[in-house]
Amino acid sequence: MVRVGILALQGDFLEHFEVLRDLGVEAVYVKKPKDLENIDVLIIPGGESTTIGSLIQYAGLAPAITRFAEEGKPILGTCAGAILLAKKVVDRVVGETGQFTLGLMNIAVVRNAFGRQNQSFEAVVSIEGVGEVRVAFIRAPVISEAWPPTKIIGYVNHPALGKVGAAAVQNNLMALTFHPEITGDKKIYEYLITLAKK
Amino acid sequence: MKLIDSYVFLEKLRDLIYSLLELRDRAKESGYWVSEATPLVRYGFVSMLKGGVIMDVTNVQQAEIAEDAGAVGVMVLDKLPYDVRVSGGVARTADLKVVQEVMNAITIPVSAKCRIGHYEEARLLEEIGVDLIDESEVLTPVDEKAHINKWLFRTPFVNGARSLPEALRRIYEGASMIRTKGEAGTGNVAEAVKHMKAVNRDIAMLRGFYLDRDYEAIWVYAKENKVPYELALLTAKLGRLPVINFAAGGIATPADAALMRWLGADGVFVGSGIFKSKDPVNRARAIVLATTFYDDPETVVEAQKMVSEKDAMMGIDIRTLKPEQLLQVRGD
Repeated sequence: MVRVGILALQGDFLEHFEVLRDLGVEAVYVKKPKDLENIDVLIIPGGESTTIGSLIQYAGLAPAITRFAEEGKPILGTCAGAILLAKKVVDRVVGETGQFTLGLMNIAVVRNAFGRQNQSFEAVVSIEGVGEVRVAFIRAPVISEAWPPTKIIGYVNHPALGKVGAAAVQNNLMALTFHPEITGDKKIYEYLITLAKK
Repeated sequence: MKLIDSYVFLEKLRDLIYSLLELRDRAKESGYWVSEATPLVRYGFVSMLKGGVIMDVTNVQQAEIAEDAGAVGVMVLDKLPYDVRVSGGVARTADLKVVQEVMNAITIPVSAKCRIGHYEEARLLEEIGVDLIDESEVLTPVDEKAHINKWLFRTPFVNGARSLPEALRRIYEGASMIRTKGEAGTGNVAEAVKHMKAVNRDIAMLRGFYLDRDYEAIWVYAKENKVPYELALLTAKLGRLPVINFAAGGIATPADAALMRWLGADGVFVGSGIFKSKDPVNRARAIVLATTFYDDPETVVEAQKMVSEKDAMMGIDIRTLKPEQLLQVRGD
């Protein structure tokens, strides 16, 4: 039985929790380093990456999450979660943000790349190994670059920006710039559960 | 209008729907299927704010303090609610220039307030691209009867409410988010507590009706409280407010924020509480920590220790306010 932990410092952890409950998967909230001990998968939800980042630092979660990743356990980051997994972060308007990230994945992201909230959108994205998913991009970042061993496995075809990176994997780590939890598409979660069972 | 006219109308409507579906299929084939600013992404955006603090700011410098403290958003105003109270006169939306300066300086979402019923202020805010519009009783209402029809906008709206019926009416008008009204600019959290509890009690009652399968009682509730039955039923099924609900109005300390979270608020707005205090930097950070870790007393203690009661905003006893000075009664 796979137990999924959802980082519940800030953001839409409830939506992740409810999708997992629908799938019959046991889910728990993670707020302190010791909460990571009994889980097999970690989800870092959407929210404000600067807020979640500063709270990760405050709670002393960074070394624990890094160890979790090194043990080969899957971590999924959605939107803000993807930003927190990235090594390089810039903002479309502000430029260098100098914000804290976990820096676990070899990807560069551009925050708020599509614009502000009025440019948020729903779209269908095709992801290697997962298939087509209907998801929401909310003030979403894009994955502008990935270097080995990380691979971009999903793109979104956007009228203004063209084909841009939306999903990346690096062994047991997965970064998504969108929200499967807002549309309730379960394919990503099923993929994640199989990843955990391996 | 003749009956046959309605047939023609419905025929056209069908054609419209089918042509839209065709358009969607074609778009899908070409690899572009992007629908922008849908209600779902509006509700979704608000969901991302959950568990966070949105801080009232009046300039770029304060916005930067808010971002560094870990706020999930800022609300740009011309005057903080406390100063609105003191200065009197008509309170309007903030300078668009200031709002834009803030938008260009920070990476977190930027909200701004418009007057109740003032479509044009809302349109201006949408045009410059703010992420969330607060149709707020803190500003002077321009329409005594009706709020803005928020379904007409791409930008999500937040509205204040003192009770469940008020909240459901706002949701019916298209609000993507609700906050308690409290009594803004007083530094007194009592009214926010009152409003949050009133909402909770009604939800618990509706939930009870639903579990008892007493749909008639839900029907009567809807009728007596002037809310659509569908929304009353939705609330009863869900057992919570159908959209995200923040606490606002009078939150001044980390303990205030933790209290409101404990009462079921999904997050908090802090108005005058931070930048009317003498220790805004520490207070902003402490309120963020208390909001996240409200269920962990140790952290709340630590947060509360970061601020001194001597530096808190003075505050106003609500009982000393005249009825016409109350902001919460605006827009029912």
